Amino acid sequence: MNSVVSPIPAFGPALPEILLAATALVLVLIGAFRGDGAKKLIDLIAIVALVVAGFLLAEGQGRVSTFNDAFVVDAFARVMKGLTLIGAIGAIILSSRFLSEEKIARFEYTILILLSTIGMMMMCSANELISLYLGVELQSLALYVVASIHRDNEKSAEAGLKYFVLGALSSGMLLYGMSLVYGFTGSVTYPTIAKAVAGAHGTGVMFGLVFIIAGLAFKMSVVPFHMWTPDVYEGAPTPVAAFFATAPKMAAIAMTTRILVDAFLPIVKDWQPILVFAAIASMGLGAFAAIGQNNIKRLMAYSSIANMGYALVGLASGTLAGVEGVVIFMAVYLAMTLGVFAVILAMQQGGQRFETISDLAGAARNNPGLAFVMATLMFSLIGIPPLGGFFGKFYVFAAAIEAKLFALAVIGILASVVSAFYYLRIIKVMYFDAPAPAFGRAAPEIRAVMWAMTAFILLFAIVANPVRTIAASAAKSLF
Amino acid sequence: MFGFGILTGLLVLPLVGAAFVLLQKGDEAGSRNARWAAFWTTIATFVLSLVALARFDSAKPGFQLVERMPWLGEQIVYQLGVDGISMPFVILTTFLMPFCIAASFHSIRERAREYYALFLLLETSMIGVFAGLDLVLFYVFFEMGLIPMFLIIGIWGGARRIYASFKFFLYTLVGSVLMLLAIMAMYWTAETTDIIKLLAFKFPSGMQYWLWLAFFASFAVKMPMWPVHTWLPDAHVEAPTAGSVILAGILLKMGGYGFIRFSLPMFPEASLYFANLVFALSVVAIIYTSLVAMMQEDIKKLIAYSSVAHMGFVTMGLFTLNAQGVQGAVFQMVSHGLVSGALFLCVGIVYDRMHTRQIAAYGGLVNRMPLYGVVFLLFTMANVGLPGTSGFVGEFLTLLGAYKANTWIAFLATTGVIFSACYALWLFARVVYGKLEKHELESIPDLDRRELALLLPLALLVIYFGVQPNTILSMSQASVDAMLGLVKAGLGGKLAVLN
Repeated sequence: MNSVVSPIPAFGPALPEILLAATALVLVLIGAFRGDGAKKLIDLIAIVALVVAGFLLAEGQGRVSTFNDAFVVDAFARVMKGLTLIGAIGAIILSSRFLSEEKIARFEYTILILLSTIGMMMMCSANELISLYLGVELQSLALYVVASIHRDNEKSAEAGLKYFVLGALSSGMLLYGMSLVYGFTGSVTYPTIAKAVAGAHGTGVMFGLVFIIAGLAFKMSVVPFHMWTPDVYEGAPTPVAAFFATAPKMAAIAMTTRILVDAFLPIVKDWQPILVFAAIASMGLGAFAAIGQNNIKRLMAYSSIANMGYALVGLASGTLAGVEGVVIFMAVYLAMTLGVFAVILAMQQGGQRFETISDLAGAARNNPGLAFVMATLMFSLIGIPPLGGFFGKFYVFAAAIEAKLFALAVIGILASVVSAFYYLRIIKVMYFDAPAPAFGRAAPEIRAVMWAMTAFILLFAIVANPVRTIAASAAKSLF
Repeated sequence: MFGFGILTGLLVLPLVGAAFVLLQKGDEAGSRNARWAAFWTTIATFVLSLVALARFDSAKPGFQLVERMPWLGEQIVYQLGVDGISMPFVILTTFLMPFCIAASFHSIRERAREYYALFLLLETSMIGVFAGLDLVLFYVFFEMGLIPMFLIIGIWGGARRIYASFKFFLYTLVGSVLMLLAIMAMYWTAETTDIIKLLAFKFPSGMQYWLWLAFFASFAVKMPMWPVHTWLPDAHVEAPTAGSVILAGILLKMGGYGFIRFSLPMFPEASLYFANLVFALSVVAIIYTSLVAMMQEDIKKLIAYSSVAHMGFVTMGLFTLNAQGVQGAVFQMVSHGLVSGALFLCVGIVYDRMHTRQIAAYGGLVNRMPLYGVVFLLFTMANVGLPGTSGFVGEFLTLLGAYKANTWIAFLATTGVIFSACYALWLFARVVYGKLEKHELESIPDLDRRELALLLPLALLVIYFGVQPNTILSMSQASVDAMLGLVKAGLGGKLAVLN
């Protein structure tokens, strides 16, 4: 590793991020001069920029690092960034019409999404504590504003404030943990930390690690740092909640994976119990707390808590198979979540929006397409084969079994049976109950997202092998 | 066919039919198209399965018609194949499906397209369970069947259909997810989920017990064995007629098939160790559920409990670990598939006319429905196990096997035969015999041609298999012997304990 900071760093590896940052700046100018009327144009440019960034990512090969090794791009970073980009593109597509119909179509929204996406991509690539923190903060600050974008709405404002206060607290914990780790290992870069903790290390590092994991757990919305999730999902406008449930989760899981594997793998026995606890608590809470929910967005919040628990099952094993499982799981989770939020957005009639489960009653008769999509996604969330959700769970639990975490695997899989109850309830309402008033025909872009995600989930058994191969190469680049 | 074989054809054909059915319009004509399309699809699938049977050589013990493709890497493969144990079940599935479709022609009016499409999806999953030769592939098909069955019970079921569908789904899911964990453990230990390779793999003794228990959790619920049988009566009572036929005819057999295919040959030491547990549960099932059946007031519930009792003979036969017991279990499963399927069709016929399944609502049907009386009597006798019907052979062989393994078990199980005669004949007497006193029954019509066409083939087969049991026994013999050979090899000298 080069210990001297070179005067001009190589910008190549960070090209996608630089492109997005430049686009965001240009869009601010466009917005400032042309006002909210340019929202459509801004959306379009943003989507194009995100797609181009995706192609630039896919171009890359091997492991490259820059900025004195603070920023690394490897197969893992590319895959996770790709998923993040898909989440961001999905969020912009889903939000465009919604925001203008709700009369909150401010041009800043799209730009904030772009900025937070840059932060997330940095989180995926961060190879030392400082750049990790920069990424986290860039992401969070943009998200705080996005959560309260509907500023005349009390719930939306509440969501933003809640998220901000708790987010600031978690950032504080993260920083405190980082300073402890830096103090006791003498370095902020992952490889050096790994070398330091491999030898004799005191309790100080452990304290630091616990604080770092607590901070990361907040970003992943993992129990016991999950409290903000249901309120923010419910309060934020639906497309914003869709964004919250997808892209930031990809980045949060990515940064957690990288820091645990690259910096703290030598002390896996120390952090494994923490993750096992968090995983069990998340799966359990997600499974039981969602049973009583009637608001689908709130239900999806608990569902995402449970799903992050499943992702942690893979991560807790601390093995190659575990990381591979996490990548597959997150890809499937992304598709399912985007699909479900597209359905929630499709639940409208003549300008009125619905978001409770009972509004779906009898949807199988009035809106058979919507009901089919929702039912497929629900069965997939339960983990019934041959749908995608099954394969996601299969690989994370297989990793736990390989790592001999039997108790975790058994408790987790039983929690998934409990959660089956509330997913089934949605199917029951749609298919078994007498019809409620029908929904109007959904906008074409929403239907496109719905069906694209459903097709991916339905046919996952066929594309499972390529997905698995990509995930395996991503995992290998970390070890 | 793109390198795929006849078994893939069996899996794909119903799916193609389902897609075609879903494409029909929702109106009256569309529903008619849907049901005929579904009917001819199941007929075509049956014919194709007969082609597979013709190419099948029952003298060979190993897997035949094997197709293999890489799927999830090198270890998890798309592999299909049949042997003498799975072949009868594949044929049973494809044979029963047209009956289910035809039985629904009149009773299912609403949302007919979805109904038939779900049945075809169910057929694919059932064939996949019996033909799949990779553990993960097997699991995929095993679980996939939950989706259509859940919807069939929940949408077209009776008054308490929602309770029954949830109970069915969650009960089965709890059992199978534990099996899934065991599959993962096997995957890491043997580094493959290819069933052919796993059959040759010897799992460490300590591990076998856990794996056996996990598989047992799944198959015991599916069978269902006492005390996890309670979902079955609910599911049966609420399901539409065709759903009950499939449930009793095929879905219950998946558990027994799983025991033969996985538990016995792959974990022989654990099977021997837990054999007494299975015997005890089986005997309880045979005696207790027979007594429970006797007191039922709902015809379907009575038959459901009698299914649990009959499955008790199957599990008992399987764990005797001798040729008679296992052969008898296979035969019993096939026979029960035909008999209980036919009995549910019989119940469906009177239900379609009177819209009640209460035994008390009937009586003296023989005065108005003589033909029905004859057919119903035949299947009742087959259910009791009268010599000359297929029901006898299975019970006799399993009892023979049990006698060899443990005399007391055989003695206790035999009392179940008497109880089964009690509840079945009493049911028949209360429904069919006696004076016709209920005046709603005055004008009840006898079997029409469609119903007769449905029941006659089943009746003939029940008698044929009763007289000529070798048709099935010779098909499964070589494979059962090979399987028991694996068990013996896995046990070393310990089998002497049982025989």
